Amino acid sequence: MKFRAKIVDLACLNHFTRVSNMIAKLAKTCTLRISPEKLNFILCDKLASGGVSMWCELEQENFFSEFQMEGVSEENNEIYLELTSENLSRALKTAQNSRALKIKLTNKHFPCLTVSVELQVSSSSSSRIVVHDIPIKVLPRRLWKDLQEPSIPDCDVSICLPALKMMKSVVEKMRNISNQLVIEANLKGELNLKIETELVCVTTHFKDLENPLLPSDSVSQNRHPEDMAKVHIDIKKLLQFLVGQQVTPTKAVCSEFASPLLTSCVLHMQVCPVLGIELAETVSLESSLEPEVSRDAEEE
Amino acid sequence: MKCLITGGNVKVLGKAVHSLSRIGDELYLEPLKDGLSLRTVNSSRSAYACFLFAPLFFQQYQAASPGQDLLRCKILMKAFLSVFRSLATVEKSVETCCISLSGSHSHLVVQLHCKYGVTKTHNLSFQDCESLQAVFDSASCPHLLRTPARVLAEAVLSFPLALTEVTLGIGRGRRVILRSYQEEEADSTSKAMVTETSIGDEDFQQLHAPEGIAVTFCLKEFRGLLSFAESANLPLTIHFDVPGRPVIFTIEDSLLDAHFVLATLLEQDSCSQGPCSPKPQQPVPQKQAHSTPHLDDFTSDDIDCYMIAMETTGGNEGSGAQPSTSLPPVSLASHDLAPTSEEEEEEAEPSTVPGTPPPKKFRSLFFGSILADVHSPQGPNPVLAEDSDGEG
Repeated sequence: MKFRAKIVDLACLNHFTRVSNMIAKLAKTCTLRISPEKLNFILCDKLASGGVSMWCELEQENFFSEFQMEGVSEENNEIYLELTSENLSRALKTAQNSRALKIKLTNKHFPCLTVSVELQVSSSSSSRIVVHDIPIKVLPRRLWKDLQEPSIPDCDVSICLPALKMMKSVVEKMRNISNQLVIEANLKGELNLKIETELVCVTTHFKDLENPLLPSDSVSQNRHPEDMAKVHIDIKKLLQFLVGQQVTPTKAVCSEFASPLLTSCVLHMQVCPVLGIELAETVSLESSLEPEVSRDAEEE
Repeated sequence: MKCLITGGNVKVLGKAVHSLSRIGDELYLEPLKDGLSLRTVNSSRSAYACFLFAPLFFQQYQAASPGQDLLRCKILMKAFLSVFRSLATVEKSVETCCISLSGSHSHLVVQLHCKYGVTKTHNLSFQDCESLQAVFDSASCPHLLRTPARVLAEAVLSFPLALTEVTLGIGRGRRVILRSYQEEEADSTSKAMVTETSIGDEDFQQLHAPEGIAVTFCLKEFRGLLSFAESANLPLTIHFDVPGRPVIFTIEDSLLDAHFVLATLLEQDSCSQGPCSPKPQQPVPQKQAHSTPHLDDFTSDDIDCYMIAMETTGGNEGSGAQPSTSLPPVSLASHDLAPTSEEEEEEAEPSTVPGTPPPKKFRSLFFGSILADVHSPQGPNPVLAEDSDGEG
């Protein structure tokens, strides 16, 4: 198993750092999957009462100037590593003004991901080298199946989110009032964020949002466009996701689906800034707190 | 005693107090003929710091009123620090600072004359004590590093703030290496990240040390000195020896002198463990059971490695008998023990109680009492009053 990669472009490095910071904010440990074309950060935080799972994909050639890997075996040319997400973001933080960043898999007393940064300090003539050894755990093949890309099931409604910053400030204020947030969306581009308590009910309405066309629209086609699909989610988890967002997405899609036992929404983001870096991120928030799902039937 | 400090020097004094506060809880203040000395030591006696401000540093310096003894006192660090708590405010509004003894000699008066006619007067109570002096000799340290403090400050930035210990050494190619030090834990399931910074020798004004040497000391305490040195824009000199011997950091200027002496970890086989080993990976050697990274917990074994030889103004002690290591040094803070001058023992405690009987005798007396506590009589105590039975 081998892995060696190098980043020389400062913008790529910044972007990579921001992704890593985002991951660090979401969960303590994460899985890094290295394959010949992609780098994935996978979080699998399934708790009994709902949790956050995240799948983040980066096209390696958009970030790394050099990338060599040799997986576990020829047929399974992938590497799955588990590490503390904060370690990686801390290591990358020291690399902000660096000439080059090298990452490789090493075994110094224990298996680790060595991040080596070459810093150019203005005050000195020579370059300074900082090396971080992040301890990792190599995940065996039998665990790989749990870490595959989640398939987005047919959803009831899919809608593009408004500016995440705005959403974040709304959700932050709502968090003070209630633990559970209701997200309602319909196919007419309307999104409601609602909290309901005994004393007060607060709703924020967003209009004129885009409903992306999904390949399998069969389920949605049976819906009345004004029907609101409602999901109940843990507000803290949503906030965790929104707070961690350091990368401005070009498109953030929220897909809701509700079943009698589970309501969940999947937030899918695509980032395509000018540099052509693509980052697809899927966060699924599940909540089984509310077994009943009601739909506002506005039949006409 | 009267010291008057004006202008930017007030902030320098404030910064010095801040860096001292990272080490100990008590500030030993002593106006000497060659300047005002501020010293402190940490509770486990593994770190000592001393600032000496030359008379030139002050606008007016009078060590003692004629006919009076030189003052030797200790003040609660928190109290003295509170005078200079906000350095930004000190810089902006304080014009002069005057340190003197109150008329009745009961308080140390620190008066800050600020802008707009505001005067802040702090009356700090102090305790008379013996002078605190660590026994160390930077000239006897064979290895030396000298660099602008800024170089080390930048290097230390890559370490997390919570990191307790760091290893400094010389690696291949004459590069100076700073590496985060992690205690080897029994259950090493969750290992911590290791960070290593290497600096080329061109950044050092002086580098007299062989490749492969490495010493480990407390980073938290070192940061205190580093921030002072960086703000004063002065070069920092590091004198060190083999692991186990204290490392001495000095800053020298025409106006002030600062010495920080930190104990280093004693390693059985530092080479293969250190960052600078030219050899390939070696099996991790069985280390001595070291105490935890927290300095306060240096109460357990191997106190020897951490203790710095201390002496009092009463003179050195020639005795060789060492107190047993089962003594918790925490008690040393309040019951100061007699010192030993055996340099290689790395262990001693100052006797700062005034009017002590000859230290040697004091020590054995003191140990007598400690031992009595530990080895309390096992047998039943003599019964002095019988239980009265059958009383309703």
